[in-house]
Amino acid sequence: MTSRTRTTVGATLTVALAATLAACGSGDDGGGADAEAALTAKGPITIWLSNNPDEVAWGKAMVEKWNAAHSDQKVTAQEIPAGKSSEEVIGAAITAGNAPCLVYNTSPAAVPQFQKQGGLVPLDDFSDGKAYVEARSGKTAEQYTSSDGKLYQMPWKSNPVMIFYNKTLLAKAGVDADNPPLKTYDEFLATSRKIVQSKAAQAAIWPAPTSEFFQSWFDFYPLYAAETGGKQLVEDGKATFTDAAGTSVADFWATMYKEKLAPAEKYTADSFADGKAAMAIVGPWAVAVYGDKVKWGVVPVPTSTGKSAAETYTFSDAKNVGLYSACENQGTAWEVLKFSTSKEQDGDLLDRTGQMPLRTDLASAYPDYFAKKPEYKTFADQASRTVEVPNVPNSVEIWQDFRDQYTASVISGKGNPADALKTAAASIDKLAGQQ
Amino acid sequence: MTTTADTGRGGGPARGHDHDPAPGAPRSLVSRLLGRQPLGILFALPYAVYLAAIFAYPLGLAVYISFHDYFFAAPRARVSRPFVGLQNYADAIADPDVRQAFRNVLVFLVINVPITVVLALLLAVALNTVVQARTFFRVAYYVPYVTASVAVVAVWLFLFSGDGLVSRLLGPLAPDPPWLVNESLALPVIAVFVAWKQLGFFILLYLAALQNVPKELYESASVDGAGRWRSFLAVTVPGVRPATALVVILATITGANLFTEPYLLTNGGGPDGASSSPVLVMYQKGIEQGNPDIASAIGVILVILVLVISLINRRLLERD
Repeated sequence: MTSRTRTTVGATLTVALAATLAACGSGDDGGGADAEAALTAKGPITIWLSNNPDEVAWGKAMVEKWNAAHSDQKVTAQEIPAGKSSEEVIGAAITAGNAPCLVYNTSPAAVPQFQKQGGLVPLDDFSDGKAYVEARSGKTAEQYTSSDGKLYQMPWKSNPVMIFYNKTLLAKAGVDADNPPLKTYDEFLATSRKIVQSKAAQAAIWPAPTSEFFQSWFDFYPLYAAETGGKQLVEDGKATFTDAAGTSVADFWATMYKEKLAPAEKYTADSFADGKAAMAIVGPWAVAVYGDKVKWGVVPVPTSTGKSAAETYTFSDAKNVGLYSACENQGTAWEVLKFSTSKEQDGDLLDRTGQMPLRTDLASAYPDYFAKKPEYKTFADQASRTVEVPNVPNSVEIWQDFRDQYTASVISGKGNPADALKTAAASIDKLAGQQ
Repeated sequence: MTTTADTGRGGGPARGHDHDPAPGAPRSLVSRLLGRQPLGILFALPYAVYLAAIFAYPLGLAVYISFHDYFFAAPRARVSRPFVGLQNYADAIADPDVRQAFRNVLVFLVINVPITVVLALLLAVALNTVVQARTFFRVAYYVPYVTASVAVVAVWLFLFSGDGLVSRLLGPLAPDPPWLVNESLALPVIAVFVAWKQLGFFILLYLAALQNVPKELYESASVDGAGRWRSFLAVTVPGVRPATALVVILATITGANLFTEPYLLTNGGGPDGASSSPVLVMYQKGIEQGNPDIASAIGVILVILVLVISLINRRLLERD
């Protein structure tokens, strides 16, 4: 590099750094008065829907109804822009200041991060906000309260996960397909061994054994919720899973992997649909997906003692609605949010998607639907006993730390699962304590 | 630009610009600021702006972020981002996942760079001597380079998954656990994949370099009784040394930025982080977990390490 080139590059870097520091150092007045005014402002708004075709159809029908009655407060709906995950797209939109008013695909695990970013409006800020949520969702709403005591998300719909099984493959393995022994860990393991040893299927069950932070929601966490009668991963700022319940769940899965009843390698397509796995941990969406293709049955996730279905908890896999602070007409957004979570709209959502609105009166509110579609009744019943991800700071990092220790000890068989859980707990206690 | 060519006007060497001051004479302020050819600045300006906006500004911002308790926030949010000195660097270095990612990338470079250099050079020499279907072979080697990783990863998954082609061919000799979930094999498979994918580009560099090796040297070597291998070692290898330096530095830089392959081939750096990379960890920390400050510290450390390795490479490979 010549001295002149060096000087030019140095000068460019210096100018850029100075510009950066100036930009970053500029103060921020927060816009408190604007925020107050936005709460009651009425006018057109934009909303984002998930990419699920059934949900898009529901959203468009809902918007059409709203727009027909509110020409001065037009809602424009679009699918959430493509990205690696909805959370990343929403996080980027918050930072850029162009988030929509409502997102009907807000993951509860991401809410603490969005809240910290200043991207969400607490629903308590609306005069009837808290009362509306509690009237619709009852005690379930408590799980969605943030550490500052406010509600930054509307509990919307859940997909309580259960064990789906392929009756044909179970029968092939010599297992009673109408009443399969899958209640206790011992029964589940014995059934799994029969399936694999008989070569009825390559795997008994095939949850993704990969390292993404959310994968524990579909292997460890549902069984932990069931084993503990509804405990969250973190409670009162402390990790809960180092107890006997957590260890027994980890040991159960470690046995599944050690005996190759669950493969340690990811299946790149749908192992259940392809008949590679005889069971799957899924939500009610599976009814529509596998309905005609697989002769299926459904049972709650197993527990060490074989709890009855009525006592068994599971992971909710809920998606909620966030009202974002970039919204200029938050008064309209709140009204649309109430409209879209009304009994009528929840019924339409249930009808179109099979996903369970987070209402206290779910089964009694839609008796015709459940009479017509009894296959969903089991999920509706399970929906009343679900556990959400803990609403704590650093939520995603907490799940990543947990997953790292879990994959190392339980899936890869490196070290003792109990020790790995303790290591994860020590790190999670620190993270949950930070603001 | 000045020239030493004699224009015939006067006795001494002529200057290319009539108005240039004599050596030692004071230059005007404009001349000092903008140089002797201000128009040149105009031509260079678009690239300078591009460089500042695309490279320098993000780099400066990353350095700034790495020294603060920083997180991305809504434009009107009241947030505090205090200066924390080297805390983010300390946190990054103390994180076992980060340390493992840096160890992984060093192992990756140790495997990937030599394979890349050796294969690229040998194949370039071979392609240089091919007479029939030369274009076909060159294109064939170049195709993986211009194909998106996302697309070719599917082929490698087909080859190296547990019931993939390679394991089936090996039968009982196939590793257990399979390649991509085996702690000892996942990273080497990725290193070989990346070498294979980029080979086409490096072969082109070597092919260009081979055109500059004087034919007379081969003739001299032949007269001296040197065989093909001896000529290769004594003439070709030293003859393409500048290209080798470039290949090593480029392979090091692209290797240090490893992201797509572990992300797609081993599902986010598995098993148990055995194939994670610093850029992958940066993505997890900065984007997924909302800690851009620690992610930036990792990025700055990575830049410094790559600079150091590149400087060492240059010193070793470019000396006469």
